Amino acid sequence: MTTATIRNGGSPSSVMRFFGKRTLRRKLWAYAFILPQLVFFLIFTIYPICMSYVYALFEWTGIGPLEDFVGLRNFKEVIGHPLFWNAFRNSFVFMTGTVVLQLPLALLLAMALNNPKLRGRTFYRTVYFLPVVTTTAVTGAVMQNIFSTNGLANAVLLRLHIIDEPFGWLVNGHSAMWVIILVGSWKWFGIKMVYWLAGLQSIPQDLYEAAKIDGANRWNQFRYVTIPLLLPVGIVILLLSVVDGLHAFDLIKVMTEGGPGFDTEMVDLYVYRYAFTSMGGGLPRVGYASAAGIFFGLSVFLISILLGWLIKVANGRRV
Amino acid sequence: MKLAYRWIPHAVLLGIALVWIYPFVWMISSSFKTNAEYFNRGLSLVPEQFRWDNYIRAWEIARFSVYFKNSLIMTVATVAIVVVICAMTGYALGRVEFFGRKIFIVAVTATLFIPKGYTIIPIYQVIKALGLLNTMPGLILAESGGAHVLFILLFTAHFSGLPKELEESAEMDGCGFIRTFWSIMLPLSKPILATTIVMQFMWAWNSFFTPLVFTLNNPDLRTLSVGMYSFIGEYASDYTGLAAAASISILPIMAVFIAMQKYFVEGIAGAVKG
Repeated sequence: MTTATIRNGGSPSSVMRFFGKRTLRRKLWAYAFILPQLVFFLIFTIYPICMSYVYALFEWTGIGPLEDFVGLRNFKEVIGHPLFWNAFRNSFVFMTGTVVLQLPLALLLAMALNNPKLRGRTFYRTVYFLPVVTTTAVTGAVMQNIFSTNGLANAVLLRLHIIDEPFGWLVNGHSAMWVIILVGSWKWFGIKMVYWLAGLQSIPQDLYEAAKIDGANRWNQFRYVTIPLLLPVGIVILLLSVVDGLHAFDLIKVMTEGGPGFDTEMVDLYVYRYAFTSMGGGLPRVGYASAAGIFFGLSVFLISILLGWLIKVANGRRV
Repeated sequence: MKLAYRWIPHAVLLGIALVWIYPFVWMISSSFKTNAEYFNRGLSLVPEQFRWDNYIRAWEIARFSVYFKNSLIMTVATVAIVVVICAMTGYALGRVEFFGRKIFIVAVTATLFIPKGYTIIPIYQVIKALGLLNTMPGLILAESGGAHVLFILLFTAHFSGLPKELEESAEMDGCGFIRTFWSIMLPLSKPILATTIVMQFMWAWNSFFTPLVFTLNNPDLRTLSVGMYSFIGEYASDYTGLAAAASISILPIMAVFIAMQKYFVEGIAGAVKG
């Protein structure tokens, strides 16, 4: 900067002046450049977060002024509502199911695809990733069709003589949850695989060479090189998967609407019902919905903190 | 033995790949069948005859032409808004040292993690206060509002890595702040631009919750995802129509993905590395 100005024939003092004016102008421009994002951030992120806490303290239908201040009553009601806990439990069952199915299998597949000598790596990666990019609500509708009583799943199983008569996969509460876990795992498997691939690629290749020279076989390379080096990033992946797994509104809304009964209802759906529909004949209860949302948000937050602490521990151990 | 060792991985990988795409292949094949054929020969992947009836029914009667147009408008507008805003923000954060820069980055990142209540209701109230409820601009604003942390961080990292001399020589040539940004620096960030465009396109196209809430009182604004949801409610027994409607919704985003997959993968992987 300075050299350029001097070459341009400026004296030191004019350099200083130019520099000061230039910095000021640049700063003003910088403020102008972040202004749109700042406005969006304040209006569509900060304000809604604050207001969602405020609404939770009111009994409010969503129409008209906020008048009926009820303190923490909504929270007490949420905690005392068996259907909320049913949804809460279902959310965690779904999350646990998808995480347990996805993470180990995605790691295995990522390791297979991480082999530079494997031909067709891009092809496989593309195919496994394909469900991720599709619209969840639309794929969910197709899957609902596939698992309906006269759908494809039953046709295949009948043909293979695994079952003797069509089974109502989504009509039975127990199997409905399993179907949703299966579909959810299939849908988001590709993301987990790409996460693991990113983690695997961060391990220097010469560590494997060194292990080989020391006589380590494939299992030992996995056990003593891959696992320890992958652990920190593995916990990050676990954290992302847990948080994602606890939000499955699109899939559940389209595939089961939380049914049969409330067997696959999850917190997202529970909150939506109270916020936008008239549960039990009355009007929407926005304050109650907000309280339920906050309670669930805090629970997810606590889990994230716990996992975040694990990340720290894992990172520390590596040294 | 050697041969088996080479082919077993491919057999397994290919098997999984087939299971993975089977639902989509089945969906496309069903979209060309008649409902009778669908029930009698549901397992066959090759329709007896390629019929476009289902597509015509979905496009015209089930109004997927309207939904498609809405999805396209909402997605393109959202992508444009988000890319412009994020590139500008990233440029300011990456190139200029100004008061509040750190605070801004920390605040934006922190909102990802702090527990939120049900934020869609206040957003709904904001759109209502702006008088944009039940309009396309309202839907676009709701979809593109907020902070786009991943993109901002990508742009910031990218712009802060560009050499200082570039900017200075541009200024010596008489470029102002905007010209330098627009004609010198931005063209150098094509990879980040592509990642942002592709990722945001996917998110907006696939978005369901926000369009659902913002089209509750105006079915004419429904996007493909919401249209699909209402389709299974209204035409529950039209299985081949559903397959056609689903193909209309899914095939465009699949095509975008296959053409631009490098950027998708980079965007997703960026989430872990960050």
